[in-house]
Amino acid sequence: MKHSFIDEYSGLDSFIHRLDPRTKLIASFAFIVAVVLTPASNWRVFAFYFCIIVTLLIFSKLPPLYVLKRSLVIFPFVLLVAIFIPFFKDGEVAGSYNIWLWQVSVTYSGLFILANVVVKAWLCILALILLSSTTRLDDLLKSLKQLGVPQVMILILSFMYRYIFVLVDEVMRMQQARDSRNFGGRRLHQLKTIGNMVGTLFIRSYERGERIYAAMLARGFDGQVRTLHKLSFKQADAYFGAVFCLMLIFPCVIWW
Amino acid sequence: MDKVIEIKNLCFSYPDGHQGLKKVNLVVNPCESVAVIGPNGAGKSTLLLHLNGIFRGNSIVKICGLAVEEKNLKEIRKKVGLVFQDPEDQLFSLNVFDDVAFGPINMGYSEPEVRQRVAQALEWMGMGGYEQRSPHHLSVGEKKRIAIATVLSLGPEVLVIDEPTSNLDPRSKWSLIELLKQLPMTKVIATHDLELVKALCGRIVVMDEGKIVADSNTEDILDDIILLKAHGLAH
Repeated sequence: MKHSFIDEYSGLDSFIHRLDPRTKLIASFAFIVAVVLTPASNWRVFAFYFCIIVTLLIFSKLPPLYVLKRSLVIFPFVLLVAIFIPFFKDGEVAGSYNIWLWQVSVTYSGLFILANVVVKAWLCILALILLSSTTRLDDLLKSLKQLGVPQVMILILSFMYRYIFVLVDEVMRMQQARDSRNFGGRRLHQLKTIGNMVGTLFIRSYERGERIYAAMLARGFDGQVRTLHKLSFKQADAYFGAVFCLMLIFPCVIWW
Repeated sequence: MDKVIEIKNLCFSYPDGHQGLKKVNLVVNPCESVAVIGPNGAGKSTLLLHLNGIFRGNSIVKICGLAVEEKNLKEIRKKVGLVFQDPEDQLFSLNVFDDVAFGPINMGYSEPEVRQRVAQALEWMGMGGYEQRSPHHLSVGEKKRIAIATVLSLGPEVLVIDEPTSNLDPRSKWSLIELLKQLPMTKVIATHDLELVKALCGRIVVMDEGKIVADSNTEDILDDIILLKAHGLAH
């Protein structure tokens, strides 16, 4: 069955794809830190950062619509967290409403903060989309490892990415098998069926885990994970890193 | 060193008490191709898992004269290449290269040697150029071949394969059989695909209910319809 992958477009070729994953990782991290630390009132700085990320996205040849769709994912989370800010922040009242017994008022400064949170989150997710769509996941994990992330974390992420689709396939097959035997009936009965499916899935995954471990043992696995390192910094990485850092600092210097 | 595999009176019980193997005796000589056939649940896979010490029973299994014990495990796993039935279990890395290189790297070979072994193994299975592909983008036939390449890269003396042709269409099946034929090492293949057995193996071991019920050359066993019927291999 067909699935979409987070590194779907990592096979494209552009100078961003060719950069060392570590450069991209550090640059993305620096970008996010810069965005988060910028004071809310500094709109020009945000506009400048937006221009940087859009330029890089254009260079990377990612389909704009894909990037836009992906970036929308962040909004439910941000709104869930930040939607109440306009109601609780003190300040000049922008509008007030009577909802049954309560009187609620929205303030300008609250709306301002909400807009700011949304913008910051959006800029950050754009940077992450750029990173994850231009880097193969195995390269990304390798670079994380070389930057000192513990091996256990890397292993968990890599197994998760390898087997999540196998698992999704299994769920889809189980659902098809269930539907073709006319799944219906009372709600209580449905819940029971779903419970059984979850249980079965857990046991199957557990057993698969055992088999994978056996397959690893059979090829001499002894608890130590060894890999060949083949990442290398190139001149382009140094240039990109230097220019990118300057771009991040530039607006702070002139507009702060 | 005249016997590649030597098993004497091997018994094995699963943790739930089910007896998987009952007094199995088996000797395999160098460069033999042995098919282990039998109905589902006959203990074929359980037997194969004993050949490189994933399971250890209560009796003596010897591989190339080495007893399957803790201290010999590394050496034995170099000699016995075990390919599991489901390639999804065998291929756990994010790209083909890492998977094929996993064994050689664990054995402590140097980087140029690892690369050379990976290239050679993929070449043998006709899979050169697949190094950077992700396993979940491959077809079942390709996955099976890569799974075999992952143990060929260890340069094993014995190739042990569980159900190599299950889930394959006839074309992939026959091309896989052709590839296996070219490999010079000793082979032990668990299957119930009698076409594969006929094309590839000179000797058959029939298993049922954890016991070896027949052990002879291929023609004799395949001609013995009564035996095959009694053990669910023909109808």
